[in-house]
Amino acid sequence: MRDRVTMRPPTRRRRPLHLLILALLALGLSACGDAEQNALLPAGPYAQEPHDLIIPVAIIALVVFVLVQGLIIYSSWRYRERADDDGSLPEQVHGNTRLEIVWTVIPALILAAIAVPTVQGIFSQMAEPDDDFMTIEVIGHRWWFEYYYPDHDIYTANEMVIPANTPVRLQMTATDPARDASQGVIHSFWVPRLAGKQDLVPGQTTFLNLQADEPGRFLGMCAEYCGLSHANMRIRVEALDDGDWQAWVDNQTSPATVPDEGTLEARGRELYGDLGDRQACASCHQVWEGDGSRSPGQGPDLTHLMSRQEFAGAIHDLDAENLRAWLADPESMKAMNYELDGIGMPNLNLTDDELDALVAYLLALD
Amino acid sequence: MSSTTTPKLRPTKETGVLSWLATTDHKRIGILYFFTTLVFFFLGGVESGFIRLQLAQAEQSVISEDLYNQIFTMHGITMVFLVVMPLSAAFFNYLIPLMIGARDVAFPRLNAFSYWVYLFGGIFLYSSFFLGGAPAGSWVGYAPLHATEGMSMGFYAIGIQILGLSSLAAAVNFITTILNMRAPGMTFMRMPVFIWMALVTNFLLLFAIPVIAVALFMLQFDTLYGGQFFQPGSGGDPILYQHLFWLFGHPEVYIMILPAMGIVSEILPVGSRKPLFGYAAVVFAGAAIGFIGFGVWAHHMFTSAIGPVARSAFALSTMFIAVPTGIKVFNWVFTMWGGKIRFTTPMLFSVGFVSMFVIGGLSGVTHAIVPHNAQQHDTYYVVAHFHYVLFGGALFGLIAGIYFWFPKVTGKLMSEKLGKWHFWTWLLGFNLTFGPMHMSGLLGQPRRTAVLPGELGATVELYNLLSSLGVIVLTGSALVFLYNLITSIKRGEASGDDPWNARTLEWMTPSPTPSVNFYRIPTITHRDEFWHRKYAEDESGKPVSIPAGASDDHDSDGDDDHAEEHIHMPDPSLWPFVMCLAFFPIAYGMLYFNPWLFALGALWLVVGYFLWITEPLAEGDDDDPEDADDHAAVGAAAH
Repeated sequence: MRDRVTMRPPTRRRRPLHLLILALLALGLSACGDAEQNALLPAGPYAQEPHDLIIPVAIIALVVFVLVQGLIIYSSWRYRERADDDGSLPEQVHGNTRLEIVWTVIPALILAAIAVPTVQGIFSQMAEPDDDFMTIEVIGHRWWFEYYYPDHDIYTANEMVIPANTPVRLQMTATDPARDASQGVIHSFWVPRLAGKQDLVPGQTTFLNLQADEPGRFLGMCAEYCGLSHANMRIRVEALDDGDWQAWVDNQTSPATVPDEGTLEARGRELYGDLGDRQACASCHQVWEGDGSRSPGQGPDLTHLMSRQEFAGAIHDLDAENLRAWLADPESMKAMNYELDGIGMPNLNLTDDELDALVAYLLALD
Repeated sequence: MSSTTTPKLRPTKETGVLSWLATTDHKRIGILYFFTTLVFFFLGGVESGFIRLQLAQAEQSVISEDLYNQIFTMHGITMVFLVVMPLSAAFFNYLIPLMIGARDVAFPRLNAFSYWVYLFGGIFLYSSFFLGGAPAGSWVGYAPLHATEGMSMGFYAIGIQILGLSSLAAAVNFITTILNMRAPGMTFMRMPVFIWMALVTNFLLLFAIPVIAVALFMLQFDTLYGGQFFQPGSGGDPILYQHLFWLFGHPEVYIMILPAMGIVSEILPVGSRKPLFGYAAVVFAGAAIGFIGFGVWAHHMFTSAIGPVARSAFALSTMFIAVPTGIKVFNWVFTMWGGKIRFTTPMLFSVGFVSMFVIGGLSGVTHAIVPHNAQQHDTYYVVAHFHYVLFGGALFGLIAGIYFWFPKVTGKLMSEKLGKWHFWTWLLGFNLTFGPMHMSGLLGQPRRTAVLPGELGATVELYNLLSSLGVIVLTGSALVFLYNLITSIKRGEASGDDPWNARTLEWMTPSPTPSVNFYRIPTITHRDEFWHRKYAEDESGKPVSIPAGASDDHDSDGDDDHAEEHIHMPDPSLWPFVMCLAFFPIAYGMLYFNPWLFALGALWLVVGYFLWITEPLAEGDDDDPEDADDHAAVGAAAH
């Protein structure tokens, strides 16, 4: 009963304040149709739950903010020294025990009320989803994310494709370059509209649940500082409806296209496997043509490269021009220091002819 | 006796460079701290300028990613370890002895040692810019990223260990001073709140610094000598480093904010001309914050590899710490309530502190909502939060302190007109810079990214542009402050001894304070002793002015015959400075794994140490009345 009395003022103020918050949010969203990385715009239950938790807290915080700032401004104004002051000193008040108790107990009660759903939320966010869920393994590399679908034996990079309206449990770790924990650093997987972030730690496995209620493309970024190109480590999640999802899986599970003999693409395929005394593409990247099992190297799997829209940590559109620039001089396209630490893509000193052939081959990997 | 056998390497002049190198006077060391932090504040400010320049527009690279990463790392290290902490130390140095009625700190030469270690540690860290690049692993220096950053993170690990040594020595010194050297009658509950907060802060340092020392020592081995403490490939644990770092790092937050809280707790009563509301509550809340502050560290790791039980426990402790913080805020506001507030510049900054700190406190509570913390963590929302606490909080409070005690140090007033310009532009620039970051963080902008991704949208770009414009306002504001500081030192209006009608002991001494603080140590009968020597209370509790000289307590200042007394003042000593120079060969020796350089440094350290301890604290200071006359004469001359 007493609880209800203390909690009443915020409740009574909720409606106008709620409107105010919504107005502020609207202001925040007004200019951006491209706000696909917006933490205030949940698009699935694992983003919705924290959102529903923070809104009442934000309202309480706003009430406290207004009260305290109001009190500060009021007492500054009301008790300022006036021009006609008689020079006498104010009454020397030393304190008031009753007030001390009030402003100790009320905040404590408010916090206790917030604490209960917070703890519930912590456990429900981290638990395995109740419904049938799909597992995707996520590996954080410097500076790109790799995804492995154990149910389908699919490898892909940067862009994670998921079925809409299905819980997905990410099983995550971090390694690089040679899938060796001794080389990894910590990353954090964050797609704000689908879930909060969770760190990927080398040598350990962490989990994150996410789900998209509707088909759509959701943006994210690595959120734990991971060195030189941390800013260039982006994430895209593509949620597809059932039909598109099945088509995507069928495509990904089929072997890569092998170009016809004598074409430019075929020349590119040769170079891909053998660059003479230079490091061949195939020593780091896999193009699975149906033989043996899929086992990716240090770099992203390229079997169905052109099924993705972006590359290089999802900072560049995947087209002929960008691919060519990337192959010619990777460090001009993304901050890396391969000579120094072997992280990222080396400059292979490709000739113009080699570039033509390789780009043609890569563009054929649909 | 020994003074006749030791070679006379002791500078005796009271002015000149040598006198500063050899000073053991807590007031002069405080001044050294102050000006050094000003230099580092300038450097940290320039770094923030580069950060905001880079992020003013989406997808632009004014500086390379590599340089950007170095600069944001050094900005954090500089502002935390080289500005806010030592600026608090400047106040501790100058004020602790004066406010407790002592003539110096307990260990004057150790005090000099602390300063020189701080300065040399800072120079060592900054030398990295010229020696292959500054640390680029962020101020937290997380493992295992550090190992891949090579030499630069060696500067980080060694440099901050050296700075920690400075803080540790200072903590021992200040704790001893406060516990043992209070004037007779100054019980714990009569200590000024600033002294209380200084005591809590230095206990926090005493317990927190060893933790980071351990972490950095291990980090140093991992980074430079192939150690594997935090390397997962060989069974090390990177999360261990996070625990160690934040077990230091969170108390560190309170190490930075509590001194400012102490300062504000002194200024608000003077400005309102009323005693602090709820003295005991403010003191115990401060102590409670100190204790609970050791139990909340993992809230910096809510998205790290820790489980739901740990997340829940630290969520609860984090919410809990809001209670004592709230108590303080309400007591400050009610100190103003019913007063007659004179809005001088120190008072404006103090009220600004309370107001801005409330914003940082409230956004802090939202971090404890762990499920949503996963959205906020490592975004600009967090950057906004901790700048509201450390800039809007700590720095506002410290600046209030600068304006407030400037007359104490110089005998002059800073310009009120310029001070008000400084305050209002500072408040505007601060909010313009950090206010929009709340939104840009929630709209998806992660921190520590060398480019602002264009895909975040036009609104986030706009917020970033506002933040960058805010830095321009802050820069102008800082120049106003600097101009005010310099011109006021040169030709400020004379302040008199008690310009604010203050309440505490330091204002009983002449301004600027002579080298001997108190010729006669005052006997304390009240909290706010000085006030009670000026005012008695009538029947109704109204203060009535006591005519000069009518106080029941004898006014000792300016009483010449006391100068005849034997006053122990520590003589200057060059040895702390000379000995601390050894940290350069030691640090570079460890960094470049050069045993000869290291050995040279170690030998230098040991020799310097022996010269230090074999030198008497004061020439002929063996309680021999004849020798002591010299000192009294020097003191009287200064007087």
